[in-house]
Amino acid sequence: MPDWNKPLPSIVGETRPYWEGCRQGQLLIQKCDACGEYQFYPRGICANCWSGPIKWVKASGRGTVWTFTVTYQNRTPGFDGGPYVLALVELEEGVKMFSNIVECNPRDVKIGMPVQVTFVKANDQVSVPYFKPAG
Amino acid sequence: MDLKHGAAIVGIHEHVTRYAPDKSELQIQGESVIKALEDAGLSKSDVDGLFTASSSIRNSGMNLADYLNLYPKYLDNTTVGGGSFEFHMSHALTAIAAGRINCAVITYSSLARSGGVSVGTGGVARFGHPRLDPSPDSFEELYGLTTVGLYAMIAQRHMHLYGTKPEQLAEVAVAMRKHASMNPEALFRDPITVQDVLNSRMVSSPLHLMDCCVISDGGGAVVVASPEVARSCRQTPVWVLGVGEAMAHQGAGKRDLMYIAAKQSHAPAFAMAGVTHEDINMAMIYDSFTITVVETLEDLGFCQKGEGGDFVSGGRLQIGGALPINTDGGGLSSNHPGMRGIFLLMEATRQLRHQFEGTPRQVPDCKIALCHGTGGSLGARHSGGTVILGRD
Ligand SMILES: [Zn+2]
Repeated sequence: MPDWNKPLPSIVGETRPYWEGCRQGQLLIQKCDACGEYQFYPRGICANCWSGPIKWVKASGRGTVWTFTVTYQNRTPGFDGGPYVLALVELEEGVKMFSNIVECNPRDVKIGMPVQVTFVKANDQVSVPYFKPAG
Repeated sequence: MDLKHGAAIVGIHEHVTRYAPDKSELQIQGESVIKALEDAGLSKSDVDGLFTASSSIRNSGMNLADYLNLYPKYLDNTTVGGGSFEFHMSHALTAIAAGRINCAVITYSSLARSGGVSVGTGGVARFGHPRLDPSPDSFEELYGLTTVGLYAMIAQRHMHLYGTKPEQLAEVAVAMRKHASMNPEALFRDPITVQDVLNSRMVSSPLHLMDCCVISDGGGAVVVASPEVARSCRQTPVWVLGVGEAMAHQGAGKRDLMYIAAKQSHAPAFAMAGVTHEDINMAMIYDSFTITVVETLEDLGFCQKGEGGDFVSGGRLQIGGALPINTDGGGLSSNHPGMRGIFLLMEATRQLRHQFEGTPRQVPDCKIALCHGTGGSLGARHSGGTVILGRD
């Protein structure tokens, strides 16, 4: 495995279960026990009702491309080597998350395209969730 | 408290520099403040409020007050990206109308060009900011987000939903260049065509290089005063008629990002001003990217959602068109040091003063102008500040 040169997340208390899930190949998202709303990105409070206890649930890992861009120019290490697809993916559970669409030609990416999560190991602590065309 | 006519722009100065490797940002601000006060016919001792924003100066308000050797009674360094200065105008109006201060200076500068800042494409390195967890650093930056990418994603979906064409976005850039050709200070002044925009290289699809604003150095200052002070000033007062502020964000993953902050900020501004869209003679619309203009015009209510592509086409944004915008050439052609919102207030003021009377740059019989500043990124989180200005 080549050295990871892209940015890495920092794993803090409120996001540790998310990254632990990723490490085990599971996409976990949060759902409020009081109001029943899903939310993303993960955080220590319910962003909807501000009152409920949050629980972690396993997302199906399936979603669609809500929008995307093929990025040709970015000075950030790991993204400076040619076009890549930056996307907002809408999960089946109804929340959107940023990701990259991988394992396909950037020219083939379309809005509405079904995708599924796939994980790439960055190091022993971090696996990053990406999305690939649903097979 | 009735805020309409509660304050007026009485002095402006745009620092003409587009490249200033030998000046500090504070020097550009200092020079601008002095000249803007001169424009108003006021002096240092009149200033009791100081408003500034910066993405590079730490504790920008304190350090600017120190540099200017000023002891303001009211200090505000609200920093919400390019729209900061419309927020400042809103806050200054409130502070003046409440009797806290009589004369505020709003000022900004940046050396983005001489400093080699990749404003739109630097990704995580773009501002050298301290980390912020959990987001954006742990859920956005690891995917290679850029500012242009976050606008490009909105453009992509706009095209998908409404059939907006790259040619229509390009029309915005063409109109801005036409206006820049009349502005001797503009960075780029040679006319361009729709085809030139489409032929420029793709930066982040569907946005080409010429769909993106320029990167320049620059700065300036705007002096805002109470009605009493305004009546003693040299220049025709440009009244603040209405203001509105908003921000939009991901909404915990649920928001429809096609609707931007302008949708929320414009209504209170129009209500306060007591005017309608038909009353607006010209507008200064933050043009970080061509799509920014289309989205903003829609959500300000100048046309329906999805109709922005048609609205900006056929020269309608040019002087003589249905709604002339950015008559200085905008960020797309004149200048964009990183947070451009202050220049919107300046050009609207020039137009309302009829400063270009007898030249093609003057919007005929200009009585009411609207400024809308956008800061941050449409695809992630951004601010929107609407300011409606008018002359007697
Ligand atoms: Zn809840």
